Amino acid sequence: MLTINGLCAKVEEKDILKGLSLDIKPGEVHAIMGPNGSGKSTLGNVLSGRPGYEATAGSVTFNGHDLLDLDTEERAREGLFLAFQYPVEIPGVSNMEFLKASVDAKRKHQGLPELSSVDFMKLARETSKRVNLDASFLKRGVNEGFSGGEKKRNEIMQMMLLEPRLCILDETDSGLDIDALQVVADGVNAMRDGQRSFIVVTHYQRLLDYIVPDYVHVLAGGRIVKSGDKSLALELEAKGYGWIENEVA
Amino acid sequence: MTDFKQSALQLAAQQDSPDWLAEVRQLGASRWAAAKWPGRKTEAWKYTSLAPLQTDNPARWASPAETGWQNEIETLHLDCTRLVFVNGRFSPEDSSPLPDEIVLFADADAPQQDLIRQHLGSVVDSERHLFAALSNAWAADGVLLHVPRNVRLAKPVYVVNVSIPQEQPAASNQRLLVVLEEGGQAELIEHYVSGNRQQNGFVNSLTEVVVGANAHVQHYRLNLEQEDLLHVGGVHVTLQRDARFHGFTLAQGSRLKRIDYHVYHRGQGAHLDLNGIYLPRNRQLIDYHTTVEHCVPCCTTNEVFRGIVGDSSRAVFNGRIHIHPQAQKTLAELSNRNLLTSRTAEIDTKPELEIYADDVRCAHGATISQLDETSLFYLMSRGVSRAEAVTMLSFGFINEVINQAPEAAIRDYLRPRLTALFGEGNENVGQLAYE
Repeated sequence: MLTINGLCAKVEEKDILKGLSLDIKPGEVHAIMGPNGSGKSTLGNVLSGRPGYEATAGSVTFNGHDLLDLDTEERAREGLFLAFQYPVEIPGVSNMEFLKASVDAKRKHQGLPELSSVDFMKLARETSKRVNLDASFLKRGVNEGFSGGEKKRNEIMQMMLLEPRLCILDETDSGLDIDALQVVADGVNAMRDGQRSFIVVTHYQRLLDYIVPDYVHVLAGGRIVKSGDKSLALELEAKGYGWIENEVA
Repeated sequence: MTDFKQSALQLAAQQDSPDWLAEVRQLGASRWAAAKWPGRKTEAWKYTSLAPLQTDNPARWASPAETGWQNEIETLHLDCTRLVFVNGRFSPEDSSPLPDEIVLFADADAPQQDLIRQHLGSVVDSERHLFAALSNAWAADGVLLHVPRNVRLAKPVYVVNVSIPQEQPAASNQRLLVVLEEGGQAELIEHYVSGNRQQNGFVNSLTEVVVGANAHVQHYRLNLEQEDLLHVGGVHVTLQRDARFHGFTLAQGSRLKRIDYHVYHRGQGAHLDLNGIYLPRNRQLIDYHTTVEHCVPCCTTNEVFRGIVGDSSRAVFNGRIHIHPQAQKTLAELSNRNLLTSRTAEIDTKPELEIYADDVRCAHGATISQLDETSLFYLMSRGVSRAEAVTMLSFGFINEVINQAPEAAIRDYLRPRLTALFGEGNENVGQLAYE
């Protein structure tokens, strides 16, 4: 599904990723943890092609494509999805318009006809119900005036509508209370079908009680310095990141 | 360098006009003749050059009887009283039968002539507005809309001014006079339009609106002529006690468009809403100058203008609110936001508040920004192409203002055109889903 090999990346002339390698197979959930500034968010941004995040060495293969060679929108249409740490507010563009444009772009790429407005509206309403967002949010500007939890649920709704092959959740849990976290996690778990893969980037172990990972990786200094199963997350929770940094140093 | 100034007077001399308009015409002509031609040092024309008018020198009236334009130019789909002018000449075959409240100057009976004489040129300050003086000098035909006391017009009045290119650039004059008696209510749509082929010519348009006590006007002005057409226009409004004027205006296309709004709050409790959008592209220039005068206490103004300025085009916005010493308890807000979508685009914006009363609440602000890269990335990360993302964000920027136009026919007319405008050259831009 996704093979990252020796990836180096810089942001504003500063080297952040320094030789990161990771292999993700269909259906797997990989959690990436690490201290602040270790490059967690950079990874998601580089993979989705955010301007200003420049890959300087290494390779990324996604479903047989050289991912770094694709534009942001092509990566999305090929099935890569980044749930933003800070979803963007766009007043004047309705959530419905935005969602339909996204789904239409993907369907067009797959050679499918665009959904009619009526069919899409129905689908969007059903999906919003699944993430416990009132249908009135569809008419509002994209994320405009949404609370933190509503924004994150909107991200999960987009994910459900776009049905990506690989989802990257960038600190989706930060700032969420337990109830909101439960809704988000339920959404993600409902999307686990044995084929779809996930990269769950988080600072806190708490999320992994709800979305149970197959692998846990620790990112420090721009590389993965330790990998394990879900017990590694508990160990990190108990001991903090210091011991890993010491171990690596 | 004042060729057009001379030509304009000759054009006035060539017109057939009713005798009872002679006074206003003479006054207009003498003011036009006496006025200094605006240059860079003229504050009201500092950022807008009239050079194209001198170069083109439209020294003739358009030839009559242009037909076939209906295949090229679409107008609003609306149940309304329709008055169509082609190159400034009334076209009865394109127009509806006129109700009692509407008359062409040429057909005015004696009481209507009196009404026109009483009000024509009374709202606009033709010493301050040079092209209003010209409009007075050219006053020959025009439209009077007179809404009697406590009458609500059954249908919107839709005045279309179609410009069709001539062999030589020609001039046309459009004059509207709207008088609402106490408690009257009307909706008026002015639509200036041309086809997409290369245009020439000059339109001078002037609308005066007298809104009586407790009367209500919903007014729209769409200035959509393309490329080389030149347009100087004005909307001048006087509001009596508790009168309300809701204005919406949008300008797009053409090398020189200068539109002035000048509104006087003359009776307590009057209210003005003015929403505007300008969208110059290519090498176009659009200039909006607005002045709102609070002459009496307890009036309110809410003015919002937004512009998207692209390519090598320029926009000028000068929004002035003048609170006179007596105008206590005024509430006035003016907001102007601009989006520059190219490195070579230019906006000159100047919100001005002049306050001579001490118990008022006023706010003004202007911003200039570019399309937000983070928002673009967010849309693209969901598979939306860059071109479509640009279209969505551009449309989003003005969508809130378009939603201020209560007439659905106008929103329906504008939306696909604006989507096409923002998506120009991008075949991948699909039809966006609105609402």
